[in-house]
Amino acid sequence: MNGDLACAEAAISAGCRFFAGYPITPASETAERMSIRLPQVGGVYIQMEDEFASMNAVLGASWAGVKAMTATSGPGFSLMMENIGLGVMLETPCVVVNIQRAGPSTGLPTMVGQGDMMQARWGSHGSYEIIALAPSSPQDIFDLTILAFNLSEKYRVPVLVMSDEVVGHMSEKVTMPRVAPEDLIHRPRPHLGPEEYLPYKANADLVPPMAVAGEGYHFHVTGLTHDERGYPVMTAEAQDRLVRRLADKIRFNKHDIIRYKEFQVEDADIVVCAYGISVRIAQLAVRMARDEGIRAGLLQLITVWPFPEERIRELSLQAKAFIVPEINYGQIVLEVERCAGGRAKAILVPHMGGSVHSPQTILEAIREAEL
Amino acid sequence: MTANLNAEGRSTERYLRQDRLPHIWCSGCGIGIALDAFLRAIDRADIDPDKLSVVSGIGCSGRAAGYVKLDSFHTTHGRAIPFATGLLLGNPELNVVVFSGDGDLIAIGGNHLIHAARRNIDMTVICVNNFNYGMTGGQVGPTAPLDARTTTTPYGNFEPPFNLPYLASASGASYVARWTVLHARELERSMAEAMTKPGFSFIEVISPCPVVYGRMNKEPKGLDSMHYYQERSVIRDGTDPKEANIELNGPILVGKFVDIQRPTLWDNLRHVSNKAREKVRAQAKV
Repeated sequence: MNGDLACAEAAISAGCRFFAGYPITPASETAERMSIRLPQVGGVYIQMEDEFASMNAVLGASWAGVKAMTATSGPGFSLMMENIGLGVMLETPCVVVNIQRAGPSTGLPTMVGQGDMMQARWGSHGSYEIIALAPSSPQDIFDLTILAFNLSEKYRVPVLVMSDEVVGHMSEKVTMPRVAPEDLIHRPRPHLGPEEYLPYKANADLVPPMAVAGEGYHFHVTGLTHDERGYPVMTAEAQDRLVRRLADKIRFNKHDIIRYKEFQVEDADIVVCAYGISVRIAQLAVRMARDEGIRAGLLQLITVWPFPEERIRELSLQAKAFIVPEINYGQIVLEVERCAGGRAKAILVPHMGGSVHSPQTILEAIREAEL
Repeated sequence: MTANLNAEGRSTERYLRQDRLPHIWCSGCGIGIALDAFLRAIDRADIDPDKLSVVSGIGCSGRAAGYVKLDSFHTTHGRAIPFATGLLLGNPELNVVVFSGDGDLIAIGGNHLIHAARRNIDMTVICVNNFNYGMTGGQVGPTAPLDARTTTTPYGNFEPPFNLPYLASASGASYVARWTVLHARELERSMAEAMTKPGFSFIEVISPCPVVYGRMNKEPKGLDSMHYYQERSVIRDGTDPKEANIELNGPILVGKFVDIQRPTLWDNLRHVSNKAREKVRAQAKV
């Protein structure tokens, strides 16, 4: 099964019952699969008129109480940015899958890129935090799509699955475990009646319980800066309270959110830090380096946002260099450099897109760093 | 805004967030009257307020969602209709009303409007048309008549406007009406009809914007500006929406223009869902 289809099957397993999207290469297979599967399980698939509409329909469906998602690629991701911001502001659980292709602009529509990683973090205007996951295989995209729904429901935030064209289109064996009800997380729900309920009064974890349309709560939500009642308040104080909480609910819970995998980093002088499809090539490069007697290891980023700052900081005390292969001209390497704080070098191995790195180019960077 | 009494003499105050008043609308603006007509229409149509959602975009009319004591969503500029589409497809038991302005629904959101009408999704769109972008200071909009002066057409508007009833009807709307804000009773009746009508309903409400558009075009002030629009209007139910273009200082055709039956989006979706499930059952037997 290819990654795009694994993504759709995972969404169905996670309880997703609404998909709104717009055709785009290389993400269309996810939409096509959802158009087959959703009507079978009592859900709704709809093809909207553009990605503005897709993203808003996803938000609307989530406010009707349904787990909802969309899937797109670079140009569509750009159009969704405004309303990913609305999703952040209204605290709307939903999942956005980006099967990255090479940009900028129309770029290479059918070919791989990883150029949207910083856009995932900063693409909508204003100050906010988001969760983004990066799968490196069809199995990963299955597992991480379920995780994405769980994190979005738990923290009431859009979760981005930052896949890429190669992961989306490669076919590998995917084990689809039966997802038990206890494996799925649902958004916190109000315990108070409509008279006492405040839509944005947060629980201790900074996440507010969520009523949905049609339950008699008669709540108001707005993209304007708002107070606990959900009412617009145009003051610096209200802005401070709200924007801090929106960011802090992610920052303070990052230990619950952040995931990474490590291979042979225990004694590593050189740590290759990779995500997405680049992980697969980096694994090979690390093995080749070990064969040459270089103490190399691999840190695979699964959660890219929030960034695993502390782990990079710890590793920077032990390693002399991080090698960061990316299918862009340097994005995540900037984060690695920031967290390494000059204690270890952060070396970019760039690729402008259209294909993946050869293991040799990563190996050469490891060798050079070792000198 | 003082809440009026509905046909049964019940106050519409219970549908207003009293703690959010006074509202932001200028004196002489018609948006409040349009909103009050909508609130009265809820009772007239016997809609369960627990199942009623109001979605607005951005702009003066877009603030309506913030004043109604209903499930209410103040979304981004132009995107109220697709947000409402998601709500309806997530829960078909909801009654969803989009209440927003001409700039929001017709310019930046124009594509969503025509596609929602094409789908014949069971939604009511109330479009308050004041011929300009009031909130941002009176810039030209896609509804401003040719030659109208606005803050960005200082020598007169050089673009022809959309004819909204024609646009909605040509796109597939099942119900289309237009009234000015002083046609308060007719508005209430039309809104009640629209909310109970299966499929996509579109109501254009012509409202003065005395502070910016009205001043720029030397319209009468205050209540007189409302009379000015009412006096220009000609009630012609069932007229071909093609004829409903509005010219500067010209007559304004009002009335119910379209009231037809077409399969709704849910009618068609249920058909597809049944087919999908039958197929799954057939496969399970094999």
